[in-house]
Amino acid sequence: MSSVISEIRKDFIYNLILKGERADGRNFDQYREISIERDVIKKAEGSALVKLGSSQVLVGIKMQPGEPFPDSPNRGVIITNAELVPLASPTFEPGPPNEIGIELARVVDRGVRESKAVDLEALCIVPGKQVWIIFIDVHILDDCGNILDAASLGAIAALLTTKVPASKFGLGDDFLLPVKDIPIATTAIEFNDVLMFDPDVDEETIANTKLTVITTANGSICGMQKSGTGVLKPEQIYRIVDIACEKAKEIREKFLEA
Amino acid sequence: MIDMDETDISFFKDGLRLDGRRTDQLRPIKIEVGVLARADGSCYIEMGGNKVIAAVYGPREVHPRHLQEVTRAIVRYRYNMASFSVEERKRPGPDRRSYELSKVSREALEPVILTSYFPRSVIDVFVEVLQADAGTRTAGINAAAVALVDAGIPMKSMISACAAGKVADTIVLDPMKEEDNFGQADLPIAMTPNGDITLLQMDGNLSPDEFHMAVEMAMKGARDIYEIQRKALVEKYSQLEAPAVEVKACE
Repeated sequence: MSSVISEIRKDFIYNLILKGERADGRNFDQYREISIERDVIKKAEGSALVKLGSSQVLVGIKMQPGEPFPDSPNRGVIITNAELVPLASPTFEPGPPNEIGIELARVVDRGVRESKAVDLEALCIVPGKQVWIIFIDVHILDDCGNILDAASLGAIAALLTTKVPASKFGLGDDFLLPVKDIPIATTAIEFNDVLMFDPDVDEETIANTKLTVITTANGSICGMQKSGTGVLKPEQIYRIVDIACEKAKEIREKFLEA
Repeated sequence: MIDMDETDISFFKDGLRLDGRRTDQLRPIKIEVGVLARADGSCYIEMGGNKVIAAVYGPREVHPRHLQEVTRAIVRYRYNMASFSVEERKRPGPDRRSYELSKVSREALEPVILTSYFPRSVIDVFVEVLQADAGTRTAGINAAAVALVDAGIPMKSMISACAAGKVADTIVLDPMKEEDNFGQADLPIAMTPNGDITLLQMDGNLSPDEFHMAVEMAMKGARDIYEIQRKALVEKYSQLEAPAVEVKACE
């Protein structure tokens, strides 16, 4: 499931945690350095390359007209996919997405969808017949931990730069994709009652419980996912939610509300 | 999830829900233990309009063998929906949703299974949703937990699962289909009787305060479900007669 980590390294990280420290010197609630480069792929309608520490995730947005779902005839469609390509980690294998890739894509999708970040009604072309379809494709390039937060950040950053290619399909002038909210996913792991945000790949390996909290600009929660074979106490969950709200606000203000 | 203002459904009448429940009331639950002859353990559950059956096979040999773990048993969980279980026929076979639900459901049960007792083996849990009416993953986990006990798998504790939701700005327990489709949030949890949470998912929109309320409410629901699971197991096993043991003195 996860990457190979030597017992010695595990022991080292464990002992650091007992002393209240992390291997790279961060505080338990501190993120690694974040950088977002937008519009890196000219062929895509929108794109973003996110670096979270050494983790690298590229998100590309493609759009095309298509049929709406029968239960939402006036709304555009969002389809999210994630590829954990084998160049990104020794544990990733070629082939169709496994459950980790599927979960990643579905949680990224949950953030965008449930926050109502994209004004889907503005993407209706002919009610019941033709709407814009947004493909959010997440490409993991280097998995050094917490690729879920990086992918979510990449998705919203890419959506913010997306131009709807209307002229290409003879549907009028191109326009900027209407984005109304900025969902931010924050992930923490629990280990020995210590909660660590933005885990790196070694930390992810030693902890067996992970909780992702996605918050919207007004501070409400729009998505959550516990992952892994451990347990969480309600108090730990509430603590993670409190810190997640704060962290998300910082990230949103610093990188996306420019 | 569809916006409330797009529908003219009213969710409450005289303070009660569409099916006459209070906001903190579960739908009726029926649990039957040991319903399948071939499986090592099985359970049939009805939670409101949901009809779900779970079977456990194992511990048994792992195929393919490269999945073996030398220090413990692996646990596999397959959540599957029958094509006729929903309004619009579902294409048979796994889709992305069922992959995700299988993963989180497995992770909801694995923390209590004593896998180290059975190295190099597998415990297979199969869950079939026969009729769906919101809350199939929680119904599946409840049935699977009972089936694991029925199969005699050593466990540290029981697992019970329940969801809370938000409709018309009100937090409600165990949402049914209408409340799930047109509601504002859904929060399924699974937990042990002493409050260790093993599954937590959420979608929709909840303020941190509403989130607290929803977790508390879902936990209360899960505790009530635990009692029902326990009763069903006690009922089945108290009826069994102990095999007659003849003790003969050696001459």
